[in-house]
Parts: sequence; structure tokens; C-alpha cells
Amino acid sequence: MPETAVTALWYRRLVLALLLAPALLWLFALIILPHLDLALLSFRERVAPRQYVVSLAQYRTFFGEPLYWHVFVRTALLSALATALTLLVAFPIAWIIAKLARGRMSALLFVVCLIPFWVSETVRTLGWMILLRESGVLPALLVHLGITRQPVELLYHDATILVGLVYTSLLFMVVPLVGSLESLDNALIEAAYDLGGKGWSILREIVIPHAAPGITAGCIVVFMLTLGNYLTPTLLGGKNSQWFTEQIYTQFITRFNWEQGAAFGFLLLALSTAMVWLGLKISGQRFSDVMRRA
Amino acid sequence: MAATGATPDLQVRSLSKRFATHLAVDALSFSVARGSFFSILGPSGCGKTTLLRMIAGFIQPDGGDIAIGGRDLAQVAPNRRPVNMVFQHLALFPMMSVAQNVAFGLARRGVGRAERLRRAEAMLERVGLAGAGGKRTDELSGGQRQRVAIARSLVLEPTLLLLDEPLGALDLKLREHMKVELKQLQSAFGTTFVYITHDQSEALVLSDHVGVMNHGRFEQLGTPQELYYSPATSFVADFVGANNRLAGKALSVAGSLVELDTSGGWVVRARGHGAIAAGAAVEAFIRPEAAMLGRTPAELPAGQTVHSGEVISVLFDGANSVVLLRESRSRLQLRIALPQTGAYSDLQVGAPICFSFDPERAICFPARAAHA
Repeated sequence: MPETAVTALWYRRLVLALLLAPALLWLFALIILPHLDLALLSFRERVAPRQYVVSLAQYRTFFGEPLYWHVFVRTALLSALATALTLLVAFPIAWIIAKLARGRMSALLFVVCLIPFWVSETVRTLGWMILLRESGVLPALLVHLGITRQPVELLYHDATILVGLVYTSLLFMVVPLVGSLESLDNALIEAAYDLGGKGWSILREIVIPHAAPGITAGCIVVFMLTLGNYLTPTLLGGKNSQWFTEQIYTQFITRFNWEQGAAFGFLLLALSTAMVWLGLKISGQRFSDVMRRA
Repeated sequence: MAATGATPDLQVRSLSKRFATHLAVDALSFSVARGSFFSILGPSGCGKTTLLRMIAGFIQPDGGDIAIGGRDLAQVAPNRRPVNMVFQHLALFPMMSVAQNVAFGLARRGVGRAERLRRAEAMLERVGLAGAGGKRTDELSGGQRQRVAIARSLVLEPTLLLLDEPLGALDLKLREHMKVELKQLQSAFGTTFVYITHDQSEALVLSDHVGVMNHGRFEQLGTPQELYYSPATSFVADFVGANNRLAGKALSVAGSLVELDTSGGWVVRARGHGAIAAGAAVEAFIRPEAAMLGRTPAELPAGQTVHSGEVISVLFDGANSVVLLRESRSRLQLRIALPQTGAYSDLQVGAPICFSFDPERAICFPARAAHA
């Protein structure tokens, strides 16, 4: 009967819509709506109390004020560096978990990577501060070992920020890497070795091409997390951190200049989109393939 | 097996490997003559893969030595051995084109880009894949993939090519085809092949010499004909080719012939092999094609003992057709080849039938301690 068929079809659509509703609601209410409002905010200028005009003034300020775009570029470069360092640190770990450790050992190593995330990011970062501050554990140890004469301040350097960022991001790189390395057939490595390959050439010709989607996925996730991180650069870098999220925070909270903050937010979004696009272009990966690995 | 003239391409001397509790390879010695096709045949878990991987260098032996082309390889890493391997699932590099796969080893040896692509293309032409160099490996058929795997190894001109059951993953039809192709490739290139398999028909068809391996040792080393017609042990008789196995007790030994009584009082005679005394437990083997069928005793060759039974079923398979029958006294089941004349095409299940065989073509061994 056509009528029942139509009813059944409507019923199925209704169920589908209901099932999707929470996700769509979340997407709309928490992501699209605020961003629309922020977009509107970023394109207006206050000319008198309670009087606004549409203008590009906020964006003009960004390009006109060297401090802003200086911090912007610095954040992008340091994030890229932190991503590269995370990849370097995570790759051997992922290799051990995926290829060398077996059964329980591999699960245990995974848990070890996960354990830091049981603690809140704030507490974790404060832990680093306890270790690194001038009166902290590591400077005291350096003095004790006779490496430095006086306790040195290890906080508030770019290197400190990088250490903190790599530490925070490690897991998000390890997970997609383990996935892509586990799917690499060991016979391929043996075959490459058998045909005269050595460690480096096998890594370059076999392992990295195979793991490329996982590497790209990990890099995208880590880069986005790092770029948008606020706590780690602020706490470990102090006044020197000059992280772009801090500028956004300052505009919104300290300066109460929501229009400027919104424009900064959009610039950061544009930056992260551009870098992801660039990363995909350089590595020759497709976004859908990569996201399946992430 | 003695290598004639030149230095054998592969010499293995008292090679051993133990894994935890079990001895995978047990003081094995053999040599493979230059340019020959040598197979190692054995059931899974017999140690053949361990042996192959030791030759390739992926596993360190516990003792003994391996020499390839007269050169000892104890301290040589797999990427420096004059040996290449064709892996079970071929292990072609999916991230590379066919030509890049073949050129991979040349690139590792520092051969220039233009030269290695030229040599890869020439090698692909030799294996019948001219012009396929630009394809992706997953665009090839199973047989073509195997040829790429072989080309990838042979382009390096190894002294020895090791093959780890490369036909195992193929379907039956393709496997038959690839058997012929492998044999032709080997004679065209003249490279020494060492091939491991658990499929006795592959080993018989392909090889110049076969080592039958069981529990880390060679039960017998010989030509396929020797293995088939004069097995050295009951394991070989059982494993190589189809066979009827009759367990029993030796009644008497007269010259080379043993008279044995199978459990049900059925008495047969077979050529004895090894020390057999009257009263000892023995096992005899009769090839399906060694026995003759007859509807009446008169149809059978004169002078041979006539045995009788009834037909259980007829397994028609063209030239390999056999009849399954139950011997009257012992109730043992036997497989006997049907003559290709079609004379027995009307054979009915349950019909009485006679058969006989030349005792010289049946073989009798002392019973194995524990029959696996």
C-alpha cells in the first residue's frame, strides 16, 4: 500500500531527525550561533556610546599594530615547532607501542601515556612550575650536581612553553600514530630490509608513506590544540609568553573590547584553517582519509 | 644430496634453533646445487619457516653455519646477504608503483635513477609485465603480483632466491597456473630457488630436489621420484602423495618381503624397509595406482594374491578418479585408482570387487613410536 509506505518513510525520517537532534542542536547553539554573533561583532566599530557602524576597523587595528601581528606570527611558528617536536617525541613511543611491545606491555605503555590526563591541565602545568621555578626541584638539582653555581630560573622561556605544550599534546599524537603503525604489515619492513634497505631508508620509503594519514591527523589535532591553548603558555611563559589567545583574553576580559577580541578570534580561526589546508597540501593527504585516522 | 662439480650455492651445516622448549631446527645439514630448484616440504610447525628465515638472516641460529656461494654468512645482516626472499603474502610496497617496487633494491645499492628505472623496466619485460611499471600494485592480478615480487628480488641478481609459500594465498586454479610459471621463471633465470611449502604436489611438480622436513629434521632428501617411489621413512610415505596406510604386525620376513597381519586378520605382503623382525609392529603403504582392480579374480594378473572388498563410493575426478572400498576381512578403507579406460564407470556402491598388487610396489616400515 502506498500510504503505509509513505507513513513508514516519514516515520523513519522522524526517527533519524530525533537521533541527530542533540548533535545538531549542539552544533548550532554552541558553535554556529556564537560564531555568527562574533562575526557580526568583529565587523562593527563603536563611534559613540551605544552607537556602532559597520567597519573593518578591528582588522585594520590588527595589521596596523605591530605587537598584534607579531604575537600572531610568533604563536603560529611556536605552535608549528611544538607540533614538529611532539611528532619527533611521539613517533618512537608509538613505534614501541605498535610494533615492539606485545599484549599487556603495549596496553600498559598506552596507559602510561594516558595517566597525565587524569589530572586537570591546570594542576599538571602547576606541576611543571614546581619543577622548573627558580626555587624549584630541577634548579636545586642542577646546583647540587655542580652544573650551575646558582639556581637558574627555568620558567618563562620559550623552551619552557614548548616543553609544556609537547607534554600536553603527546597523547593526541601517539593515538593516531599507533593506529597507522599497527596497520603496517611487518613483512613490508622485512621485505625492504631483505632488499637492502637500512633503518633510515625504510623509515623514509616505507614507514612514513604508510603512516602519512596518521601523522597528518596527529599534526592537525596537535597544532589546533596548541594554537588555541591558553593555560600552558600563560602559566609557563608568564609575561613573555605572548600567545595570541592571551591577546584575545585581554581584549574580551581586561579591555572589554569585544569587537577587537572577536576579530582576533576570527583571525586565529583563519590561521588554523590555513595551516591545516597547507599541511594537507604538503603531505598530499585528503581531509576525509586523515579524519578517519584521528 | 651431493652437489656435482661447482661449489654449491647453499651449504648448511648442523644448523640448530631452539625456541623456549621446542627444537625448531635440529642439527640440519644439506647443500643445494647451483641453478637448482630445491624445496623444503613439511607440515606446518615442522621448522621450515624458521630454517628459511635463518638463511635469509631474520633469525639468528643457535648453532651451525650457513654458507652461500661458498661464503660463510654467520655475521652478515639480511640486507647484505646475496639472498632475497619472496614473502608469503608477497609484501609488495603498496605506496609505490610496480616499477618503483622493482627498483627499490637497486636504489638501496646506489644505482642512479635513470639506470634503475631502465633495469626495472627490462626485468618487468622478462617476467612478462612489459609496460606495467606505472601501475599501482593493487591494480594487478594475483599472478602478476607474484611476478612483480619475483622480479623485485631477481633484479638484484641474488645467488639464492628464497620463496616462503608464495602460492599459499592463491586460489586453486591460479595456483596450478603459477606453479608452471614459477618453474619456467626459474629455468629462464637459472637462479637457485629454495622454496618452502606444505603442499606436496607443489614440491613434486616444481623441484629438482626436495627435503621432507618433520620435527626440525629432514626425513628424506631426494628427487621427487625418489620420494614418491622409494620413501625412506613411513612419514615420507604418508606425507608425499596419496597412500593407503595399513598398520599391523609382521608375521614373517622372507628376503626383502614382509608378510604382515593387519588388525582384522587380513594378511598382505610388502617390501620391507629397515630392520623388521617377525612379531614387530609395522606399517605398510600401498599407492592407489599400485593396485589393480578386477570384478572377478580372473581379471587380475596371475600370481598375485587376490584380495576382495566392496565399493563404498566412487570419487570421479577425471584422470585422478579413485574408488573407495572396504576390504572384506579387516573392514579397512582403501583408495584405489580407477583405470582411465572407463571400464569401471558403471561401478555401483556396495558392489563386490577384487584387487591385487605387486608386493614389491608396497612398502613396509617399522611402526613409528607415536603416530602423529
